[in-house]
Amino acid sequence: MLTFLRRRIVSSALPLLVVVLGVFALARLTGNPASLYLPLNATEQMRADFTEKNGLDNPIWVQMADYFAGVLRLDFGQSLRTGESAAAMALRAFPATLQLAGTTMLLAVVLAVIVGSWAALKPNGLADRISSFVSMAAASVPDFWLAIMGIWVFAITLGWLPTSGVGGLSSWVLPILTLLLRPFGVLVQIVRGAMVSSLSEPYIKLARSKGASEFRVVTRHALRNAAAPALTVAGDLAVGLINGAVVVESIFGWPGIGKLMIDSILQRDFAVLQAAVLLTAISIFILNILIDLGYAGLDARVRPAGKRSKASKAATAVLTEPKEGKRYVQTAP
Amino acid sequence: MSKPPRNVIQLPTGGRAVAPPGTEAIALPRPDVADKKISLFHLLFKDRFATAAAIVLVFVGLTALFGPMLMGDLATRQDLSATNRPPFSHGDGWAFILGSDSLGRSMVARLVVATQTTLSVALPAVAVSLVIGSLWGVWAGYHRGIRETISMRIADVIMSFPSLLLAVVILYVFSPSAANIVLILAVTRIPIYLRTARAESAELQSRTFVDAARTFGTKPNAIIRRHVIPVVLPTLLTLATLEFCYVMLAESSLSFLGIGIQPPDVSWGLMVAQGRQYLQTAWWLSLFPGLAIVLTTVAANVLASWLRIATDPAQRWRLTLPRKRMIMRISPKEVQ
Repeated sequence: MLTFLRRRIVSSALPLLVVVLGVFALARLTGNPASLYLPLNATEQMRADFTEKNGLDNPIWVQMADYFAGVLRLDFGQSLRTGESAAAMALRAFPATLQLAGTTMLLAVVLAVIVGSWAALKPNGLADRISSFVSMAAASVPDFWLAIMGIWVFAITLGWLPTSGVGGLSSWVLPILTLLLRPFGVLVQIVRGAMVSSLSEPYIKLARSKGASEFRVVTRHALRNAAAPALTVAGDLAVGLINGAVVVESIFGWPGIGKLMIDSILQRDFAVLQAAVLLTAISIFILNILIDLGYAGLDARVRPAGKRSKASKAATAVLTEPKEGKRYVQTAP
Repeated sequence: MSKPPRNVIQLPTGGRAVAPPGTEAIALPRPDVADKKISLFHLLFKDRFATAAAIVLVFVGLTALFGPMLMGDLATRQDLSATNRPPFSHGDGWAFILGSDSLGRSMVARLVVATQTTLSVALPAVAVSLVIGSLWGVWAGYHRGIRETISMRIADVIMSFPSLLLAVVILYVFSPSAANIVLILAVTRIPIYLRTARAESAELQSRTFVDAARTFGTKPNAIIRRHVIPVVLPTLLTLATLEFCYVMLAESSLSFLGIGIQPPDVSWGLMVAQGRQYLQTAWWLSLFPGLAIVLTTVAANVLASWLRIATDPAQRWRLTLPRKRMIMRISPKEVQ
């Protein structure tokens, strides 16, 4: 198990590192913040001072080495905009996104499991229609447009919900509904497909013939086996959720990490951008490790017993395969 | 020439007639390669939804091609005496049938011009990522080994980070011109084709007909061109149709965030963003461009799911049946 974990950590740490390095280099290419932060009539001396004070006159690899030395000491630099510690700003914005994304994901999973298994039990029934409609919508409706139309209908016309901001429960409704569409649409098709194939397996026949109730058959026997494919896409969905969060947070004025990143890019606030990107990358990394662990817990074939044999490698390869076809959700009847 | 007996390995000339794994046992009617195109059209017209989707897409395409020419300068002509006209108000002429914006420009004309901009970003982005991703993936999957590992790691790196953020950073560095948007969208979507093509080609390269070609001394590149690509192509084209939706949505999101298409150019996403400030007084400014996006992506989605069945020899028969019987014939096990 430890070998398995170590292997996974090493293979997922590489993308993490590349992303952080890439953002570091790219952010430096957006131009010197001096021209943005100093007044237009600033003297050359002031510019030079500003550049030197923030270490921007060093070659990029020196800046990078400084940065990583700082990261090891848990020093992420300071915001150019507010002078505040970048880590503090990123950490303050993070819970807002986490709450939003966590609630959305939880709702998406619960709804997808209910609607997906219901759809699998009754092909062409009501739930089946709902699930194919939602996954079609998930693949075709732009989230920013959905958010704006939501504001128009529920906040402006009907006046039921606030247009933006974080307040009571009502301010959560529109952001969550907007974010929910995509993960729900993808998951419901995957749960449905996995349930359909799982329900036709011999062990379901066995469970039924020994007199298990339909509820027990579905929850204990079918769902447990259908969970693995759904778990595979969860990591990709989480990455997608960050994409959605950027849009949704800037529309609804949600003080989360997505808004922080957009703002810091536009204001060339490098330290904050890097801290936010690092935090996002680390949380995606941790999530992927958790998914792998959960996967190994669900499926004995993935679990390597001590020495990894060729067969178990092949099984892993086969089992991770659905990830590649994940956009192949069935959308139309 | 007599037909060779069944148990002798046949070399499919184009690899087209090869069924996907697990369906070899089913006796398939030999798809006639010669009139494949005609039969695809016949199949299309049998499916009402797919026909409607194809018509919508053709209409959108024609609008993008010829629309701006027909509109002339209508999309940029400002008329301050006719600002924020609500849609469907009679007596304003056809140009204001969908209303006008805050500068009195015709919504219809702006939508038509935006169609061209939107498609001129989405189509090249899909084409570039399809060609590069597929060739790379097929190559990596055919050769396996280190080439495959490195390719997949690169795909992992690109996929492991929110593509929208990456696009935001890159477009901020390099000015947000249409060419740069195409480039960044293509790069972030290459892994999708790369992974799919790699998986299919890795599976194909161990199949008998590829083995046979290798035994006869065919060069790897020729095998890839003649035996692997024709089999993988339908899957990849279906994927590209789906990807078209994604790329269009991504371009709209970027334009919406202010780092995509820049005014005075206009795209559907940008129109939604511009209409946002007038939401309280002029809802139609955001509604119609959004509807245009939805209509196009839904049509592409419907066509993609039809295409997936139509290009799969093992599932194709379903489309030849009348609709009602088709639903009955598909047992739950087959639907996945």
